[in-house]
Formats: sequence, C-alpha cells, structure tokens
Amino acid sequence: MMVLFLLMLSSYAFGALCALVFGRGALSRGLSALGAVTGSGAGLTLGVIALVSGDLTRFEQTFPSFLPLTGFALRIDGLGAFFLIIIGLVGGSASLYSYGYSATYEGRYSLRMLGMMLNVLLLSLSIQVLANNALTFLLTWEVMSLSAYWLVLTEHDQPGTVRAANWYLAMTHAGFAALVAMFMLLSGGELTVSFANMRSQAVLLTPLTRDAIFVLALFGFGAKAGIVPLHIWLPLAHPVAPSHVSAVMSGVVIKMGIYGLVRVVLDLLGGGPAWWGGVVIGIGAVSALLGVLYALMEHDLKRLLAYHSVENIGIILIGIGAGLIFQSYGLMTLAALGFIGGLYHTINHASFKGLLFLGAGSVLHATHTRNMEEMGGLIKRMPWTALFFLIGAAAISALPPLNGFASEWLVFQALLGGFNIPTPEVAALMPIAVGMLALTSGLAAACFVKAFGITFLALPRSHEAELAHEAPVSMRIGMAILALACTGLGLAPVAIVPVIGSILNGLGGLPDTHAAFVVDLSIQTPSAFGQMSPALTGLGLAILLALIPLTMWILRVNQRTRMSDSWGCGRVGQTARMEYTATSFAEPLRRVFAELYRPTKELTVDFHPDSKYFVQSIEYKSAITPLFERLLYDPFLRLVQFTARQVRRLQTGSLHLYLVYVTVILIILLLAARWF
Amino acid sequence: MLTGFLLEFSQALLVLMLAPGLAGFVRWVKARLQNRRGAPIWQPYFELAKLFGKEVVISNNASWLFRVTPYIVFASALAVTFLVPFIAAPLPFDNVGDLLVVVYLLLLGTFFLALAGLDPGTAFGGMGASREMTVAGIAEPTIALSIFSLALGAGSTNLSHIVIATLDNPGVALGPGHLLAFAALFVVTLAETGRLPVDNPSTHLELTMIHEAMILEYSGRYLALIEWASWLKLTIFFSLLANLFIPWGLALTLTPAALAMAVFTLIIKLAVLGVVVAVVETRIAKLRLFRVPELLGMSFVLALLAVTSSFLLK
Repeated sequence: MMVLFLLMLSSYAFGALCALVFGRGALSRGLSALGAVTGSGAGLTLGVIALVSGDLTRFEQTFPSFLPLTGFALRIDGLGAFFLIIIGLVGGSASLYSYGYSATYEGRYSLRMLGMMLNVLLLSLSIQVLANNALTFLLTWEVMSLSAYWLVLTEHDQPGTVRAANWYLAMTHAGFAALVAMFMLLSGGELTVSFANMRSQAVLLTPLTRDAIFVLALFGFGAKAGIVPLHIWLPLAHPVAPSHVSAVMSGVVIKMGIYGLVRVVLDLLGGGPAWWGGVVIGIGAVSALLGVLYALMEHDLKRLLAYHSVENIGIILIGIGAGLIFQSYGLMTLAALGFIGGLYHTINHASFKGLLFLGAGSVLHATHTRNMEEMGGLIKRMPWTALFFLIGAAAISALPPLNGFASEWLVFQALLGGFNIPTPEVAALMPIAVGMLALTSGLAAACFVKAFGITFLALPRSHEAELAHEAPVSMRIGMAILALACTGLGLAPVAIVPVIGSILNGLGGLPDTHAAFVVDLSIQTPSAFGQMSPALTGLGLAILLALIPLTMWILRVNQRTRMSDSWGCGRVGQTARMEYTATSFAEPLRRVFAELYRPTKELTVDFHPDSKYFVQSIEYKSAITPLFERLLYDPFLRLVQFTARQVRRLQTGSLHLYLVYVTVILIILLLAARWF
Repeated sequence: MLTGFLLEFSQALLVLMLAPGLAGFVRWVKARLQNRRGAPIWQPYFELAKLFGKEVVISNNASWLFRVTPYIVFASALAVTFLVPFIAAPLPFDNVGDLLVVVYLLLLGTFFLALAGLDPGTAFGGMGASREMTVAGIAEPTIALSIFSLALGAGSTNLSHIVIATLDNPGVALGPGHLLAFAALFVVTLAETGRLPVDNPSTHLELTMIHEAMILEYSGRYLALIEWASWLKLTIFFSLLANLFIPWGLALTLTPAALAMAVFTLIIKLAVLGVVVAVVETRIAKLRLFRVPELLGMSFVLALLAVTSSFLLK
C-alpha cells in the first residue's frame, strides 16, 4: 500500500522534474511521460488493491504525515479508490499518448511546462481523492485548477486560447470560493478537522445550514463539472488544450466535481431532503439535453466532444439525483441503484470521452484542423484511429454491448423505480427525466453519426485530409487501452456493479446491495424490475455475425463483388463538394429546435449586373449564440463592466483623497467594532 | 433447457421466414385498396432470391464499414427476435435483455446503417442518414416513455413479465395507460419502420426518401440483407404492438397445441396490423419532413399521458 503510494508520488515528481530539467527533445518527453505513466499505473493498482482487498467494503489506511507541513491528512476508502482507478486509467493512457502527440510541439511551444504540469495535475488529482480533511482537499483542488490552467494555455498564440483560459480561471475560482465557504460551514471554521469528525458533526447542523452547504457544494462542484449554466468555460477551454490534456480534463478533472458532490452531499452530509435530489436531477436533465443539442450544431470536433461532456455530466447527475431522492424517502436499495448508475457512468464517460479526445487529437495531429468540414475519408488513411474512434462513438451513443449502454440502462432502471415514491409531485419528475434522457441518448447517436461519418467517411474535403497519416505507435497504444476499457466495462457490469455497490455501502446510510443485484451472467435491478446481460448480448451478436456469412456461403449466395463509382444520377466524376457536410447533416435538427437555437442568418446574393437570373456568387452565414451566453453571461459581463466604470470614479489619483478614504474607513471600522 | 433453446431458435426462424411475407402482405392490401391487382404476397421472397443471386457493386469511395454494416444490421435485428416473446412466454433468454435492450439493439442497426449511408460520399446517402437519425432521435423519448408506462403496469421491463402480467390481469389492457401507450407506440412504429406518413417505403422520388436514400448504394447480397432486416424490424415492431398490448394466444406452456395456436394467432395479429397500416398508408399523404417532429411530438404527449395515468392508477 504505502509502497505503491510512494511510488505514485515519486513517479509523478520524477516526471515533472525531468520535464523541468530537460525541457525539450525526445528524452524529456519520454521521461516525463514515463513518470506520468508509472504514477498512473501505481495509482490504478493502489485503487484496485484497495477495492479488492479485505472485505471489499471499507478498506481504510491512514497515511502518516510525511510532509513537513502540518494539517495534511490522507486516507483511502472505496470512493477514493474508485476515482483513483479512473485517474489512473485515463491519466495513464493520455500520458502514453502525450509522448507521440507532443512531438509536434517541439520548438513551437513550451514542452517544459506541458510535461511538468501534466504530472502535477495528475499528482494533485490523485492526492485529492485521498484527502481526509478540507485543507488537503482545497489545496489539491487549487493545484489541480491552476495546473490545468497552464495546460490550457499551452498553445497560447492560437486565437481564442487566452480568452478560454481566462473564462476557465474565472469560473473555477468562483467555484473555489463557494467550496471554501462550504467547507467553512461544514467544519465550523476549522479546515483541518478530519472528514470523519465532519460527518458526525454534520447531523447536528441546522437544516438551514445544511441547505446552504448543499447549495454552495452544488455551485462549487457544479462549476468544475460543467453543469448548465456554469458550463460556459468547458466548450471554450477543452478544445484549445493539447488533446491529451483535453482527454484528462474531460475524462477526469470534471469528474472531480462528481467526486466532490458525492463525497460532501452523500458521505459527509448523509443526504438531505427530497428537493436536493430534485434540483440535482433537474440540473442533470437540462445539462444532458442542452449539452447534446449544442453539440449537434458544433463543427469543431473537439468542441463537439466538450459539449458532450456537459451532456454526460448531466446523465451522471440524473443518476445521482435519483439516488438522492430515493434516499430521502428511505428507499435505500433504489437509492443505491441511482448512485451506482451515476458512478458507473462516471467511469464509462471517463473512458470513452478520453478515447474520443485522443482520437480527435490524432485527427488534429494528422490534418492540423479541428473543423470537421475539412475532414473526410480518414478511415482509409488512419484505420486504427478510425476504429478506436468508432468504438468510442458507439459507446457514447449507448449502443449495446458497449459501456455507455450498461450505465444508461442502470440510470433508466433507477428512474423507472420512481413509482415507489409516495409523493406524486416528486414522482412525476421521473417520467420527465426518462423522456429527456431518452431524447438525449437518441440525439447523441445522431451526433456521433455526424462526428464519425463526416470526419472519417466519404471523400476527403481538403488537401490536408488527403495527406493525413496514421498516428504514431504511442498514440495508438494510448487509444487502444481506452478502447479495451470501453469494451470491458461494457461487457462486465456483473463484475462492476457489485464493486460500486460495495463502495457506496455505508455512505449516507446506503445498505449492502450485494444481494439485491442477483448476479449470474446477467445483471438484475432490485426486486427483479429489469434484467440484462451485455456479455450474452455481445456473444449472441458475435455468433450471429459469424453465422450469417457462413449460412450465405453454404446456400451458395453470389459472392462476387465489383468496385465502381458511386451512383451520380448520370453524372460522371464525384467530388468532395457533392458530399453532405456536417452543417447539412445537422440541418433537420436545427430546424426542429430552431426556437432554442435562434440561428442568425445572413444571405448575400450577388447577381449579374445585366440580369438577375444569373447569380455570380452566393454567400451564406449562419451562427448560433448559445442561450446562456446570450441571456445570462452577456448581461452579467455588462454589469461587471458598468460597476467597474463607476468604481473607477473613486480612483482619482489624488493622494489626499485616498488618505480621506483610509480615515473614513478606519472610523467606520472602529465604530463597528464598538457596536457589535 | 434443450426445449427452451429449441423454442428460441424455432421462434427466430419463424419470424425470419414470416417477415418478407408480412411486407408482401401489406403491399398487396395496399394495392387492393388502390384498385390495383398488386404483386403476390410472396413477391419479397423472390426479391430476396434475386438479390442473393446478383453480384455486389461497391463504390470506390466506400470503406470496410460499408461491407460490415449489412451484417451488423441483420445480426442486431435477428438478435432481437430471440428476446421478444413472439409465440411463447416466458423465454429462456428473458434475462439476456429487456425491452430497453431491444430498443437499443435496433438503434445499433440504425446507427451503422446511417454511417454506411455517409460512407460512399453521395449527397443522397448523407441526406438519408441525416433524416433517419433525426427521426430516430426524436422518436426515442416516446419509446422510452411507452416502456415506462408498460413497466409500471407490470412491475418489470422484462418483456415476458409484461406479457404475463397483462394476461393475469386483463383489466390492465383496457386501462387508459395501456391504450395511450399503444397509440404512442403505433405512431413510433410508423416512423421507425419507415412507413407513411413519415417515409414512403415504395418511393424512389429523390427528395422524399429517408430509408431508401440511405441504402441507395447497396446492391446484391448486401441489399438483400438490409431489406430483410428492415422487414424483420417491421415484424418485430408489429409483434411488440400485438403481444405487449394484446397478449392473448401466446403459448404459456410448451405443448404442440398451444404453440400451433400461438403461431396462428401471431399471424392473425400481424395480418390485422398489416391491414391497419395499409389503410393508414392509403388514406394519409406523406408529411413534409419538417412536419414529422410534430407528429412525433404528439406521440410523445400521448406517451406522457400514458405514464401519468399509469401513475394515478398505480
């Protein structure tokens, strides 16, 4: 245990130092990637051992205070171990990938910063999930946020990068402020109180304080997780970061919001009134739907994926919200089902979103553009990347037998249990959430047909896409690991659901659910509401896929195949300009949801001077400004700017006036001290 | 155990063999309603035989995805036939997949078919893929809510459980929840199987096509597999409508008499639904594509009402 922990720590430190010392070159990239991979591997093993060893329920290990600073406390438990596995899985693959990916940065951007900050980020994440008091948690939280900020800034000279990084910094610090206030309330102002003490003290807090803690936690963790309407930084910052960093940020960093929410609301507070769950499920449903709707309109491959992170965080929160509602009514087995669905989707999203971002990175690496309209035909030029991206796309679209389906099925089942809730107005939330979740998953499938189809299929739409090449080996291995994880996590819910159940056992009074999920190749939800077996479904599909060609061969079906041109309605010679584009693919849905998008259109037709029956050129522009930018952030930014201008009047530059201010404030403070 | 497997395989084989006949029957009834003589009911079998005998022509632009898609589409539809109680309940494969698995397996086929539509890089393929995914995406919440409503009544999402619960308590079948869910699922069936007023299965008119546009580049054995899979899908949706809402006739014991009765009632139910769809198709004009969401929105409201009334009656 201790050895693994120290190995993890020292590997990350080694990786960071190597990057710092060597700066650039294959040696530096290799050593810093090596450090990160070893560290992730050690963290992953640590998590697995912690989950598997002993009675599998509450493995506890207190680490001695080895640091010269006081006030730090670390402890590993089931929840922490689970997230440690997520960090190790995505962090390891992304680090391996980074060796090949960052080669293009040689001589252009600071590899020193990139390699060092990646290690620092992974280190802070790993310690964060082991934190046993608020001080350790907040400190690592801040290190995580800042190192991610530096990583986002890597390609600093690209348009939009600095703006994105600023948005990220502002949002993450707004969240951080809420978190500090939240922990102050929770620990009674003493940040070094251990979580165990906090847990016992939390029951004594007044309901109002508990509500305040919940709201602050939701804001603080939600800002990190990217819930609507706090998601605004996410589609800005994730695309501009280097792709392996995007994978870590979308796969892991935003999951820390989920970790924090479960840790504080379920574990430390022990759950709360039903409206907490109602708020979480509502935010989850809105995030899921808006996330996918904006993703559909995106033609920047990485930004599309970033919007899907908003969507999937929403799905996770639907599960967690359902769990909180059930818990408040004492329906503990169903509550466990909701939380299991949410946490299962957390690790699933980490693996397929990590995979998709790495895939998008390979495409970016090969074509030097993120614009899908300039891609196409890459399946022939980069077959491995295409295959991995396809696996990720099918997984995120919740297609069986991959992992997205397994967790969405569990979330669906949790929602279907909603009829057990005695209060009709709360129970009525569940069918609405079912509808929104189903719409989300249907639209996600449409969106990934677009993302994969436009990017990888048909003819290349630009010269760069024509010259695309397959990614180097290290990048392919990084993607392969995550593709395997997607498949494995999808086929084996029978192995994973009990493990997540045992993590949750005891948190917030959740029971041991081991008996409720009858496990025998197929997974069953409590009281036999639904059963399914992705492993058997997958096996069945595989057998059928083998049998169909065999039967056709036995029945002597004509096996001849001839290659020819696509049918062009009599027209010879097909060019890429005749293909459907991403914009046209999404056009029907844009019309359907026009009320939400409110696209601006600008059509300029340049007629021939002699006759307007001849058109010389047509220019068409259309843009969509996301709802929340328009309604929430723009007015807010204007307010801030207005206030700043007003405040500036105080600042005249006159020293005498400043002295007057100081005196006045001093007198007010003295009076205040006297009265209160 | 062995009888169970035998049942599963014979059921799948039966549905596989029935599917082209059902499609042919709907066409024939439609022709009669339009005062045409129409092709014989077994015409689709001839079409399959013809297509399986022809060589495949593949676009130069197409990738390996184009070649594997027909198999995936066919396999996913065929896999569903093992999960749905067509002639008997309960089935030995009940715990392999519930109603949600059935829906998502069919979505798996649609997903790959849409990708294959984009693969050859023609405008038609892209158009079909885009429209198909739009319709599929918007139909999804209705399906989920209908499932919810059915599951509420039966206390399970398991297909056989739903069927048996309705048989045990026939009053449920006439309850508003059941009827509304039936109506909602009927509309979705029209959309998902590409029937009028959403899509016209017999048209090759360029601008109205959805499904046909998507598979325009397919030929030979690949086209045969895809056509057969889409007929299978039609049969599956009809059987879901028939057996989940009107389950009488299903064999609950595996005696030859009960099974023969079950096969007979299944064919009758499919034929009745086929006539209904044929009548709908002759009476209703195709909707403009951008009106289709309104239709699906209506079915969504029906499904929501179904769930609400199931809740109130629970």
